[in-house]
Amino acid sequence: MTELRKTMALHIGLLLLLLALNWLLPAYHHGNLSRIMVLASYAIGYNILFGYTGLLSLGHAMFFTAGMYGMALTMRHLGWTPAPAILAGLLSGLLLSLVVGFLALRTSGVAFMIVTLMFAQAVFLTVLYFGEYTRGDEGFVIQQAERIFLGIDLSDPNNRYLAALLAFSLCLLFTLWLVRHPFGKTIIAIRENEDRTRMLGYNVFRHKLTAVVISGTISALAGAMYGLLFGYAGATFASVQYSIFPLLWVLLGGAGTILGPFVGTLFMFYLIDLSSEFTTAYMLVAGIVLVALTLFAPHGLMGELRRRLFRWLP
Amino acid sequence: MDFGPYLILASLEGAVAASVLALTAVGLSLVFGVMRVVNVAHGEFFMLGAVLAWFVATSVGGHPALGFVAALLVAPVLVGGLAAVVDMTVLKRVAYDPERTIVATIGILYIIQQVTLMTYGPDARPVTPPFNTRLAIPWFEFVGGRPQVYWPWGLSTTSYKLFVIAAAAVTLTLVWLMMSRSKIGLLMRATQLDGEMAQVFGIPVERIYAMVFGIGCGLAALAAVLIVPIQQAHYLMGTDPLLLSFIVVIIGGLGSLPGTVIAALLIGMSDGIISVFYTPTLAKILSTLLVAFVLVFRPQGLFGTRERD
Repeated sequence: MTELRKTMALHIGLLLLLLALNWLLPAYHHGNLSRIMVLASYAIGYNILFGYTGLLSLGHAMFFTAGMYGMALTMRHLGWTPAPAILAGLLSGLLLSLVVGFLALRTSGVAFMIVTLMFAQAVFLTVLYFGEYTRGDEGFVIQQAERIFLGIDLSDPNNRYLAALLAFSLCLLFTLWLVRHPFGKTIIAIRENEDRTRMLGYNVFRHKLTAVVISGTISALAGAMYGLLFGYAGATFASVQYSIFPLLWVLLGGAGTILGPFVGTLFMFYLIDLSSEFTTAYMLVAGIVLVALTLFAPHGLMGELRRRLFRWLP
Repeated sequence: MDFGPYLILASLEGAVAASVLALTAVGLSLVFGVMRVVNVAHGEFFMLGAVLAWFVATSVGGHPALGFVAALLVAPVLVGGLAAVVDMTVLKRVAYDPERTIVATIGILYIIQQVTLMTYGPDARPVTPPFNTRLAIPWFEFVGGRPQVYWPWGLSTTSYKLFVIAAAAVTLTLVWLMMSRSKIGLLMRATQLDGEMAQVFGIPVERIYAMVFGIGCGLAALAAVLIVPIQQAHYLMGTDPLLLSFIVVIIGGLGSLPGTVIAALLIGMSDGIISVFYTPTLAKILSTLLVAFVLVFRPQGLFGTRERD
C-alpha cells in the first residue's frame, strides 16, 4: 500500500505544484507551461501506445490533427460553440483511430510504422487538398469571441493555463488508473511477450485496437485543446514533424512511465526554445537528441531514474 | 497542343523522373534487402548529393561539363563515405535493431538537413547542365485522311534529359551485375540470406553492412547529381524522393531489386503523367493510401514473393 501512497503523493503533488505555478510564474514561462501541458497530454496519449503497448506509430499527428480540425472546422463552418466542438474533435479522433487501428494492426513492427506514417501523410495531404475549408499551410485563426467555453474566456492567459492543467490532469490520472487496471496490465504483457499473452487466452488484437483508440482519442483531445487554447489551426500540425515530436518527447522522458511524457516535453520544449535564439536550424537539436537517446539512454530520463533509484515509479 | 503530343511530353518527363526514382529506390531497397533496416534518412543523402554537386560544380572552373563530371565522380563517393561512417558509428551500435534504427535515422535526417540549412542556406541553387541541346520531336496529323509528319510547337526534350535516362539505365545494370556476378555481390547475398551463418563462414559482415549502406546512399546521391541540373539543389529536397522511394520499394516488394525497378518505372511514369493532367496533391494522396493498403493486405509487395521469416 505504501507504494500506491507514494505514487499518489508524487503525481498529485506535481499537479498541485503546477496549479501553484499559475500564480507564481512570469508571463513568458506561464504561457510556455500552458503549451507544454497540452503537448504533454499529446505525449501521454502517444505513450499509451508506444510505451505501454509497445507499438511504435509514426503517424500520431493525424489524430492530433483530427482533434484540432474536428474542433476548428465545426466552429468555423457550422458555427458550433467550443463545448460541442471539442466533442466533435474527440469523436473524429476516435473514429479515425478505430479505422486506422483496424487496418494498421494487421501489420507489426516496421510495417506498422510505415503504414501509420503513410496514413498520416494521406491525412496531411487531404488537409492541403481541401485547402478551401482548412486554409492549408496558412491555417486560420480562431477568433477570441469564439473561444468562450461555457462562459469562460479561454484566450485569457489565466483561464488558458487552468484549462491546460485540467486537460493534463485528466490525461495523467487516467493513465495512472489505466496501468493499474487489468487492461493496462494486459497491454504491458502484450508489449513484453505478445505470443505468450495470446497463448494465455487474451484477445491480443482487441486489446491493441483498444489501446490505439485510447491513444488516438487522447491525442485528439490534445489537438482540440491546442487549437482552442492558442486560437489557431493549420496543416503544419499534420506534418511528419508533429508525428516525430511525441516520439521524441516520450523517448526523452522515458517510454512506459507516467511522468515521462511530461518531463520529456518540458525538457525538449525549453531545449528548442533556447536553441532557436541562436539558430533557425533548431530541429538540429531534435535530431541530435534522438540519435543520442537511441545510442546512450534508450530508457529516457524517468526510465533511468526508475532503473537506478526508484523501482516503484509507475 | 493535341492530346497525342501532350502525352508524349508527359511520358518523357515521367521517364526522367522514373529513372532518377529507380536509382534512389534501388539504393533504399539494397539497404533494406541486405541489412533488414529502413533508412529514413535516405532522402537526406539524396539532398546531400545535390548540394555537394553544387559545391563541386561551382568550385571547378572552366567549361560547365568539367564541373558536372567532377560532381558526378566526387559527390556520390563522399556521400557514400559519410553513410558508411554513419553506419559504423550509429547503426552498428544499435545492433541494426529495426525499430531503433528507424528512430536513429530520423535523428540523422534532421541532423543532415539542419546542418545543410546552417551551412548551405535556405536558397535553391542550380547546376549548369554539361550539354543541353533542345531536341524537337516530330508528330503526325491526318490531312485529308493521310498521315503527315509535322513538328508541334513545344514538343521537345533536351539531350541532357535523354542522358539522365541513359545514365540511370547504365548504373542500374552495373548494380545488377555487381549483385549477381561479382564476388562482393556474392558476399552481400550471403549476408542477406543469413547474417550469422555468413559470419561463421568468415565473411566480414560488419564491413559488408557498412559497404552496402554506403553504396545504397551513394546511389541516392548519384541520382541527385543527375537531377540537379534540371531541378535545383535545396535543403528540403529530400522529402519527396524519400516518400516516393518508400512507395516504390513497398510496391515492388521489400528488398527485391527487379521489383523495385519495375515499380519505379510504373510510379515515376504515372506520377509524371498524372501530375501533368491532374493536381499532384490528389495523386500523392492516392499513392500514399495505395502503399498503406499494399502493406496491410499484401505485405510482400505487388511483385514480390512472400519472404521467409
